[in-house]
Amino acid sequence: MIQLPENFETYAEARKAGFLRMKELKESGRRVVGIFCSFVPTELIEAAGGTAAPLCATSEEPIPAAEADLPKNLCPLIKASYGFALTDTCPYFYFSDFIVGETTCDGKKKMFELMNDIKETYVMQLPARRDEAALDAWEKEVVRFWKKLEDFYGITITEEDVKKAIRLKNREREVMLRFLELGKLNPAPISGYEMGTRLDGLGFNPDIEERCRIIEARTEEVKKDWEENYKGKPSRRPRILITGCPNSGIREKTIKVIEELGADVVAFDCCNGTREKVEKVDENLPVTRALAKKYLNINCSVMSPNETRMEYISNMIDEYQVDGVLELILCACHTYSIEAYNVKKTAMAKNVPYLMIETDYSKADSGQINTRLEAFLETISQFK
Amino acid sequence: MDYIGIDIGSTCAKVVVMDEDEKIRHQSVQPTGWSSVDTADIIKNMLLEKGISPENGKVVATGYGRVSVPYADKTVTEITCHARGAVWLYEKKNMAVIDIGGQDTKIIILENGMVRDFAMNDKCSAGTGRFLEIMANTMALKPDALCELARKGKDVKISSMCTVFAESEVISLIGQGEKKENIAFAVVNSIADKVASQCSKMNMSSEEVFLTGGLCECSYLREVLEEKLGKPVLTKPECRYAGAIGAALCSRNI
Ligand code: SF4
Ligand code: SF4
Repeated sequence: MIQLPENFETYAEARKAGFLRMKELKESGRRVVGIFCSFVPTELIEAAGGTAAPLCATSEEPIPAAEADLPKNLCPLIKASYGFALTDTCPYFYFSDFIVGETTCDGKKKMFELMNDIKETYVMQLPARRDEAALDAWEKEVVRFWKKLEDFYGITITEEDVKKAIRLKNREREVMLRFLELGKLNPAPISGYEMGTRLDGLGFNPDIEERCRIIEARTEEVKKDWEENYKGKPSRRPRILITGCPNSGIREKTIKVIEELGADVVAFDCCNGTREKVEKVDENLPVTRALAKKYLNINCSVMSPNETRMEYISNMIDEYQVDGVLELILCACHTYSIEAYNVKKTAMAKNVPYLMIETDYSKADSGQINTRLEAFLETISQFK
Repeated sequence: MDYIGIDIGSTCAKVVVMDEDEKIRHQSVQPTGWSSVDTADIIKNMLLEKGISPENGKVVATGYGRVSVPYADKTVTEITCHARGAVWLYEKKNMAVIDIGGQDTKIIILENGMVRDFAMNDKCSAGTGRFLEIMANTMALKPDALCELARKGKDVKISSMCTVFAESEVISLIGQGEKKENIAFAVVNSIADKVASQCSKMNMSSEEVFLTGGLCECSYLREVLEEKLGKPVLTKPECRYAGAIGAALCSRNI
């Protein structure tokens, strides 16, 4: 099994280090906007001289507090996010000047209404379709958000500022994608657990240039290690594609465990994986159109229909030479759990075993999950 | 060489010993009790008394207590073991296997003798042996007696899928003076409903369904399942050993 590097920073450590930096940054007068999801055109925040702080919550701690206001039977990510806000225990939330949400799933958009009572929560109206009318409407929302940032901070954001931010973010996408595409190498050069943890942790680093440098250095290091130590040595470890809901809060009991059981997680079709990275913002289109187009094309299950996700998964299975598809669903997430039907069909059509695990942030079901993952690997090895 | 399969489930531990020709030399079942580690010890002594040495043979442990067998050469999950056990028992390569165990229910789809897909019930004991046991307890009956009684009942339905709520439903039915056989009928039908609904999520293209695990001796449950699935549901007395048989077969590959 591939070892984690010695200086490996856990998610919790990265988060903590991020807090301290955020505090300094804030004290130096930098603007901070809290975001929850990959649909927010963060280029605009960057262009406003601000930093987008990721607020997607991954811990079960604040859930009981959230359940005082929200139904129990709700996705843990939504409950935890709201719980952190309510109990004022997330420094990122605390440091945010305001929050941007968007109308993705029903749970989130209704939660944002309540969150607005705690801190100003600005909501972008995301259409669920991908046609010309939707693109027009979404472009208007991009313009409206641009204006919102200008009004909120009393500044002017020029087109040049936005173009600069687009170039910077595009470069970041390229760098991150190159890192994630290390998973295409066979045998796998790096553990999926490390890849996921690292990318999430980087989200807490407010300096995009620095993020790029860190990841570029690690990509080179891993490539070199692979050339020297792994290349040409076939491995029998099954190669797993992770798909589904944001998995940061359940990574330990799923991704980490399946790798310990003898698989390599090589590919991520999720919003903390390649999904948002594959398409860049077109630098030749008018800026608001370009931004709208890029973000509308994100293959998240809140879009309807969402066949492009199936095409993407199908291609990934080939490109990453995937032996098994593991879909991770957060309890009570309707859009992903319904779409799981199509994902399973897509995997089966490629003759690749598929397993769906539905879970939340608690540890209660770790035993059952272990058995399922083990059985899944046994199933895969029959075909290998 | 002895090939030993040990299946430590939540309620019962099963042992099967096979010889070179896949003939069963020994099979036995005992309650798991409080500690799977103790159970594994007892099994070892019992085998030694019969002149079967786990040290000289190959041992595969399966079931939820599979990690508590220190002398096992390997552990394999219940899914794979039940699948292999069912293929061996029925000599079929394409089938659906339903294993209603003490703690969970598994559905396994086999194609060409290989596991194509599987599902296990979540966190909840509805549709498992545990559910039957709790209801039998509430009604002061033994689980098999409840099953037999159910055959004579009719009309009553338990609507709650949750074991805790279902238990209060049973208690209030008893309070209302409902006939015991009708309540028993409701209990068994509730298990069958839950299992059938899990099956409906799977692509059961095969003609036959095989029932394994502890509840396979409840013939009435088998009949109700047959009706709800609209397919023949087959079982054999040895079916409760399916997991241990599969484990013994797996030990041949070590
Ligand atoms: S899964 Fe979709 S809605 Fe949820 S955070 Fe990711 S992009 Fe947003
Ligand atoms: S995981 Fe599903 S339910 Fe939860 S926030 Fe994302 S889309 Fe909504």
